[in-house]
Amino acid sequence: MGEGTVKKIMYVNRKAPYGTIYALESLEVVLIAAAFDQDVSLVFMDDGVYQLKKGHQTKGIEVKNFQPTYRALDDYDVNKLYVEKEALEARGLSEADMCVPVEVKSAAEIGKLMEEQDVLLSF
Amino acid sequence: MAAIDVNGKSYEVDEEGYLVNLAEWDEDVGKVLAEGEKIEMTPNHWEVVNFLRDYYNEFQIAPAVRVLTKAIGKKLGPEKGNSQYLYELFPYGPAKQACKIAGLPKPTGCI
Amino acid sequence: MLHIVNKSPLERNTLDSCLAAAQSGAAVLLIEDGVYAATRGNAAESKLRSASERLEIYVLAPDLEARGMGASLTEGVKPVDYAGFVDLVVKHKNCQSWL
Repeated sequence: MGEGTVKKIMYVNRKAPYGTIYALESLEVVLIAAAFDQDVSLVFMDDGVYQLKKGHQTKGIEVKNFQPTYRALDDYDVNKLYVEKEALEARGLSEADMCVPVEVKSAAEIGKLMEEQDVLLSF
Repeated sequence: MAAIDVNGKSYEVDEEGYLVNLAEWDEDVGKVLAEGEKIEMTPNHWEVVNFLRDYYNEFQIAPAVRVLTKAIGKKLGPEKGNSQYLYELFPYGPAKQACKIAGLPKPTGCI
Repeated sequence: MLHIVNKSPLERNTLDSCLAAAQSGAAVLLIEDGVYAATRGNAAESKLRSASERLEIYVLAPDLEARGMGASLTEGVKPVDYAGFVDLVVKHKNCQSWL
């Protein structure tokens, strides 16, 4: 694919994991779409930050734990992960609670990044 | 649901022949799955299959072929981390066939 | 860019999230249960009024009318029909749906 066709694509994740299927669906779409070599970023806002909270143990609810898969994103050349600062604070979390390297940004900074995107996909 | 027979024991597989319960896998199961793919397993084949199982255990996904190629190159050297080598071992798609033999689900993003 | 909100501000924090991220000059379209935010007397009214000073706020009129709120539209919010919805999507470079 030529340079000229590379689009900026942002995945916006705002839901907690396991309660709904959004988080897993988003992750699967990211992995599938990674084959197209686009300029991909992932943002985690609101309850979406819980997706990256270290230490998921899903045995008791008999659901697949997909948290380890976030660590594979780097292999797929997906390495721009942004987490909303206000969302972390409102949940008593910090960057150290995240299971993968992330960049913490304010909601306004994330909003600015949104303006730069060609495509936004919401989950 | 379809099934394959290994040493007198029956193992469930899906409509495409992928093992349903990956915890049931062992090398004998892998051999029978390989026969279904008409692949004669060599140490080089097992190396890729075991690599995939390790990758799955660590990340809970079967990698796409591009990712597999890159990761194999990193771990086993550039002479193995290229698609020509992997397609020689698994002519109908390294990710697809090797995953099947490894008892893993079809790779995410495998078209 | 265009932001779309479809949840009631009294049930979800979707509107707050949207307003915190939206950059000045952006457009916000309220649809489905999101339209309640644009009605007089709703707890979100003052929030929406101050947001309308830096953002363009639109509401999908058919959704407002369907809920019996057609007469309660907050001043400063522009009603659009489905064709207007399409125009907004076409006019903006990109769009974020705050699900």
